[in-house]
Amino acid sequence: MELNKNINQKNSLFKNWLVIVVAILFIALALPFIINAYWVDVLFFFGVYALLGLSLNIVLGEVGLFDLGHMGFVAIGAYTTAILNTTFGIPIIILLPVSAIAAGAFAWLVCSPIIHLRGDYLCIVTIGMGEIVRLTLNNNPFGITGGSNGVYGIDFPSLGNFFVIDNSTKFYYYIWLIVGLTIVGLVNLQRSRIGRAWNCIREDEIAAEATGIDVRHYKLLAFVLGAGLAGVGGNIYASKLMIVSPESFSFMESCMLFCIVLIGGMGSIPGVLIGAAAISLFPEVFRAFAQYRMLIFGAAMVIMMIFRPGGIWPRKRGTVKFESLLIKAGEENG
Amino acid sequence: MAKDDNTETIIRSKQEYEEINKINKIVLQTDKLTKKFGGLIAVNNFDLKVSQGQISSLIGPNGAGKTTVFNVVTGIYKADGGKVLFEGEDLAGKKPHQIIKKGIARTFQNIRLFSNMTCLENVMAGQHCRSREGTWSSVLQTSGQRKEELEIKKNAEGRLKQVGLWRWRDELAKNIAYGNQRMLEIGRALASNPNLLILDEPSSGLNDKESEDLIVFLKSLLREDLTILLIEHDMNVVMGISHWVTVMDEGKKIAEGLPEDVYNNPQVIEAYLGKDEEEEE
Repeated sequence: MELNKNINQKNSLFKNWLVIVVAILFIALALPFIINAYWVDVLFFFGVYALLGLSLNIVLGEVGLFDLGHMGFVAIGAYTTAILNTTFGIPIIILLPVSAIAAGAFAWLVCSPIIHLRGDYLCIVTIGMGEIVRLTLNNNPFGITGGSNGVYGIDFPSLGNFFVIDNSTKFYYYIWLIVGLTIVGLVNLQRSRIGRAWNCIREDEIAAEATGIDVRHYKLLAFVLGAGLAGVGGNIYASKLMIVSPESFSFMESCMLFCIVLIGGMGSIPGVLIGAAAISLFPEVFRAFAQYRMLIFGAAMVIMMIFRPGGIWPRKRGTVKFESLLIKAGEENG
Repeated sequence: MAKDDNTETIIRSKQEYEEINKINKIVLQTDKLTKKFGGLIAVNNFDLKVSQGQISSLIGPNGAGKTTVFNVVTGIYKADGGKVLFEGEDLAGKKPHQIIKKGIARTFQNIRLFSNMTCLENVMAGQHCRSREGTWSSVLQTSGQRKEELEIKKNAEGRLKQVGLWRWRDELAKNIAYGNQRMLEIGRALASNPNLLILDEPSSGLNDKESEDLIVFLKSLLREDLTILLIEHDMNVVMGISHWVTVMDEGKKIAEGLPEDVYNNPQVIEAYLGKDEEEEE
């Protein structure tokens, strides 16, 4: 009886969630037909920030590594797409995984020697890394990055000639499809031994190592996966704007991504979405106060840190009761 | 927790102990182990033997180098000299996560739990080195991954029940009582199915009742074919469960033997209480 009741409760809870998710999905699909193109674009950039926030969340939220140079990885992805597309004419969609791999490989190369650094030290090195990437792109090495003008004339994403993503509405569906797939993958990761290992490292590195977790390997894995996702974000960003230039990948943007994860709640996927919404929608809604934006933003951060240090929507653990799997050993002796 | 100790072996003399050790193999052995911190020699030519299926204790006054020995054995520090042999294999150059995979699990003197994770997750994390599903199978939730995850959960449930914390499975580790945190840490170590369990002062901070429960619990572990090595300050615990005691002072071994022999050894008493002033003259 007790068990049945529990299952029923669980089912009804699940149904409630399903209703909410379906409703959000329906609204999201219908939105472009209701609002004007300008707001569709705003929602597109919301999606981009959500994707980049999710990618930083792997490194910062799950593993607790301070990465303030995340835009460097985005830049690698965007420039890989831009250069390969404009010089060789490779379709953008094919360059999506290529950018991810390029950014991931770059992260592996750069982070391998610095992965043992802790806290603030890692933070400083990643700032340096991000800035070096930006300055290098600005200096036009081998004449391929176009210096401060950047690379322009990037194609729209397309599959042959019949399916071209060439307007705001299509871009909106495109980014949110990718964000949706990413969320599914990341939720699965959170529930796996990989996600657990990451959280263990964040909680206590020495204990994690003594528990059998290869700390170095899992930190690098987080950086490579995070950078790979950032590379995907860079690809989409480049194809939407059709131009990439170094100032898009400034330190300030990395800080914004950092804020997305902090505002939302470290390691919380719904939190990251809220954080991304705050960063991308807030300035649009309050256009009238544009000159006070940074002021309000700073004040909001301070208030947040005092009253909700865990973020707006921190990750909840163990709220769903875990029921016994060993039926034979059913009696509780706790 | 089982209350009957019928399976416990009682050793009455040194000869008997050596007889037993001819049959039982040596699980862990350190050979002239040395560790220096700058000019300080924390561990000096230290020899230690732990034989299978027994509870061995390492005791000594504060700063004797006991925890340093543990840290060298579990790979947190590198030895400056000597060898650590586990089941005949040299552990030199192995990292902590490789050593636990070989079968040495440990707990810490000041409890080190994953405090913002649930008790269940803590014990599940303990099985990390015994599972192998990778990133992509986790992202895609393949059937193999789901099967392994279920297996991990089942084992975790068993271990949580064993340490008597099943009731707290969904509670964050930082929120449970201190005594329970100690047991949870032992449960996490046990989750890796070790051959040798190393406990660093498991009874510190526990009251008398909890210490007694701990003694009963550790004895019950021996039935799982587990070997236990512990550092302990509480003499009641040491006398109550140890089969063999090694005494350490200033990085050196000063005595070893059966608990009663060590307890009455004048050198040990001197190390703990200091020299009698009259004798010093």
